Amino acid sequence: MRRPPKDTEESARRITRRGLVLGGSMLAFMSVLAGRMRYMQVDQAEEFRLLAEENRINIRLIPPARGLIFDRTGQPIAENVQNYRIVIVREDAGDLDETFAKLRTLVPLSDDDVERALREVRRRSPFVPVTIADQLDWEDVAEVAVNAPALPGVTPEVGLTRHYPLSADFAHVVGYVGPVSDYDLSKLEDPDPLLQIPKFQIGKIGLEAKREDQLRGSAGTKRIEVNAGGRVMRELSRQEGQKGADLQLTLDHDLQNFVNARLGSESAAAVVMDVNNGDILAISSAPAFDPNLFVRGISVKDYRALTENDHRPLADKSVQGTYPPGSTFKMVTALAAHEAGVVTAGETIYCGGYKQLGTRRFHCWKRGGHGFVDLHDSLMRSCDVYYYELAERVGIEKISEMAKRLGIGIRHELPMSAVAEGLAPTKAWKEARRQESWMVGDSLNASIGQGFVLASPLQLAVMSARIATGEAISPRLVKSVDSVEQPILTDGPIGLPPTTLQQVRKAMFSVVNSRRGTAYRARLLPDEMEFAGKTGTSQVRSVVVKNSEVPWEQRDHALFVCFAPYDKPRIAVSVVIEHGGGGSSAAAPVARDIVARALHGDVPPLEVYPAGERAKVAEIFESMPLRSRESGPNVSDRA
Amino acid sequence: MSYLEYRVQTVPTGFSKVLYLNWGLILLLTAVSSMGFLMLYSVAGGSLTPWAEPQMKRFALGMVAMFVIAMVPVYFWRNIAALAYLVSLLLLVAVEFVGTTGMGAQRWIDIGPLRLQPSELTKITLVMFLAAYYDWLDIRKVSRIFWVILPVLIILLPTFLVLRQPDLGTAILLVAGGGIVMFAAGVHWAYFATVIGAGVGLVAAVLKSRGTPWQLIQDYQFRRIDTFLDPDSDPLGAGYHITQSKIALGSGGWTGRGFMQGTQSRLNFLPEKHTDFIFTTLAEEFGFIGAASLLTLYGLIIVFCIASAMTNKDRFASLLTIGIAATFFLFFAVNMSMVMGLAPVVGVPLPLVSYGGSAMLVLLAAFGLVQSAHVHRPRGPA
Repeated sequence: MRRPPKDTEESARRITRRGLVLGGSMLAFMSVLAGRMRYMQVDQAEEFRLLAEENRINIRLIPPARGLIFDRTGQPIAENVQNYRIVIVREDAGDLDETFAKLRTLVPLSDDDVERALREVRRRSPFVPVTIADQLDWEDVAEVAVNAPALPGVTPEVGLTRHYPLSADFAHVVGYVGPVSDYDLSKLEDPDPLLQIPKFQIGKIGLEAKREDQLRGSAGTKRIEVNAGGRVMRELSRQEGQKGADLQLTLDHDLQNFVNARLGSESAAAVVMDVNNGDILAISSAPAFDPNLFVRGISVKDYRALTENDHRPLADKSVQGTYPPGSTFKMVTALAAHEAGVVTAGETIYCGGYKQLGTRRFHCWKRGGHGFVDLHDSLMRSCDVYYYELAERVGIEKISEMAKRLGIGIRHELPMSAVAEGLAPTKAWKEARRQESWMVGDSLNASIGQGFVLASPLQLAVMSARIATGEAISPRLVKSVDSVEQPILTDGPIGLPPTTLQQVRKAMFSVVNSRRGTAYRARLLPDEMEFAGKTGTSQVRSVVVKNSEVPWEQRDHALFVCFAPYDKPRIAVSVVIEHGGGGSSAAAPVARDIVARALHGDVPPLEVYPAGERAKVAEIFESMPLRSRESGPNVSDRA
Repeated sequence: MSYLEYRVQTVPTGFSKVLYLNWGLILLLTAVSSMGFLMLYSVAGGSLTPWAEPQMKRFALGMVAMFVIAMVPVYFWRNIAALAYLVSLLLLVAVEFVGTTGMGAQRWIDIGPLRLQPSELTKITLVMFLAAYYDWLDIRKVSRIFWVILPVLIILLPTFLVLRQPDLGTAILLVAGGGIVMFAAGVHWAYFATVIGAGVGLVAAVLKSRGTPWQLIQDYQFRRIDTFLDPDSDPLGAGYHITQSKIALGSGGWTGRGFMQGTQSRLNFLPEKHTDFIFTTLAEEFGFIGAASLLTLYGLIIVFCIASAMTNKDRFASLLTIGIAATFFLFFAVNMSMVMGLAPVVGVPLPLVSYGGSAMLVLLAAFGLVQSAHVHRPRGPA
């Protein structure tokens, strides 16, 4: 079939018309493109040149080395060790599943690790390096490095990570670091750019958290030429940051180790303080945990083991834990009453086993009563009725004020987590808190450290130190920052007449060294080790039953406070053993051993103990898991 | 239609056909491809591998194909147009089942050593089939509604298959290329005005619906639109490519940084620097002068094709030539708009310059059709 010529003509004309329109439009659009090109390349060229320059040069942060933490002898408590990790850059990696499968044959990777890494890789931009595995051995990293050609986009890196060579010994004091979390960032108004570095370690708890500002240091910067893969082509310039400050603590790592070991498996706390300058020589909460577990990211299983333990290893009982101080509080009541002049040192009060107050009877722990007792005897034999009487005479306000002067019921500013304030109750406090008026009975309970009174082991040690010296010394944990000695905190004399103080001290001496004292069995023989103390047994329940007949968690707390040596005090010690039973039987021997260890400078010889005690002490020393002093902590093979 | 229609006596035969080829066009194609080789050599850091050498080989192969196709009388191509269209449809369906996934989309079929990308082939066969359709259709029926809907379906069928891969770039090219052939064939203005008007209205409605209960598209799709409109809002995510590409392009200046001196492409800032974003390397290294030269070469190719189509009395040959020129135009127009930040990133290569086997071969084959139409055009008095 042949088209009529007219149609062909018409068709050709139409195509020519439309072709011209089309060609014209195309050329018009190309002029737009050319115009845009000219605008970008000529008119805006300067601007884009600048952007290009910025693009090529990238400023990266150099994470500073975290400040080290030493004990008073220079032994490292927290240090930085080299840490090998492998990172992946998705853009360079090719097939992710294949790469991970290959990697798993070389490096131990759990399913969790792989899943977490894959999730992060997908979430982030393709050029951002993502950490696949952390805390690797050199052998593993070497394997990856050798197989590098088969693993595109995967590179081993070296960084620094925190390590606590003394493991659990300083877990509660120093705390631990961990990777910065979104929650941490949300708490900060203007976060340090360092915190944006993935997995940057910051202090999570304890000294590491409280002194984060000093320990962190400041970031350095380096200008580097990078490609879009984030790969560094070369370094152009470098400005070093400021390393974190090194902290030297007042703690003595050997003493701390001894105290930890001596507390053993008890749920307990002990504080050893230098009475003259407030230095905390040892501060221990038992049981403890290995802070290194948290640095690596603790496993669910380990964490559960810690949280489900009824001895609460994660709690720092030494400063967070508050306990009714029991009879260890009697010095406070005695000093308050004597300073107020409502009683004299020689005055005797009759103890018939209880004190009648209205219709209520307040019992002495000794049912038969102590007979006539003065200050010295009442403290030595821990008579309760004497203090009931004093409390009735002097009133709670004076007792509370004296407690605060001696360091109970006020917060001591130690760089540790959740330092408790304790409680020295007043009438106003009870009315505000409980909407009830203060009863005389409350004062009587408070006088023997029961009822509302609460004190932490740290506060009890401070109290002992202040009684021992008469100075309002405050505890100090950080000895120096970058070798700059930190000030000793003292408010000067506590303003008690030396004679009264001396009478209390003498009574405390008798507690330990008099045949009728409640802690006579816990005495030490050498003159230079004679010490003064006070036992305390604080009730957890109200019904009086023998401790051996009730379950562990209902038994009394055992407490002991002391200072040593008696004639020229150097240290104050407090020991609290949760549900340990009686202060004289459970807490005093622990305190005694700590005193002997601290004064002797090493594990003391058995000769310092009374003959009847030596066998028992020898057995305890035998079973104590002390760290060997000769070999020292095993750090050399990690660096 | 018979061979006689072409007035055998005036149409060259045998090897003399070579003399009647559109040599100007061949020169232009070679010039553009050579710029491509140069850029591929540059982005590889001054190396023939991995891109420049294979690209040259494909160009040589494509040139051979072009000559062979040009020697075959154009009526043969018209006669197999419907068949070619059906085959490419079947291949598109086959890709659904046996296709190899690459870059997140199913695009290839492996047939022995040959790797076939049916969507590339379809761009040409669609144009061929539409040209044949309008050659067959009575010229007076062109604007009747039924005869308009039919070619629309012919266009939408492969478009739908391509979208399923998914390959938005090719889908846009198919619709626009097919539409241009329909326009050239003389379909009434009103149809195009209606479709364009409806399209604009739809876009406006979609944008207006944002944040209202009757929102027409998903939030993430809106965010993509935002990224296109303001790439800086997401500099490390989707806006990254656009931002980087604009920086590279803009920093070229009048004369560029010089051959192999482009810092942006050298330092790997540019994604897909050897394929979709190769124009930025050219613009950075040769500046406005280099970029405008390439654009001029492209423009001349279009002008040569349109001129050839307008002087050709054969309806199929004219429409085919215009359709291929339009497809070629769409390739570089969309690609350049994309790298200049005028259009969203849709993944369309720069024709004859970007690294890529299928596109190079198919384009040169298409220009073989243009040559065939040129050589076998009716001559002498009508």
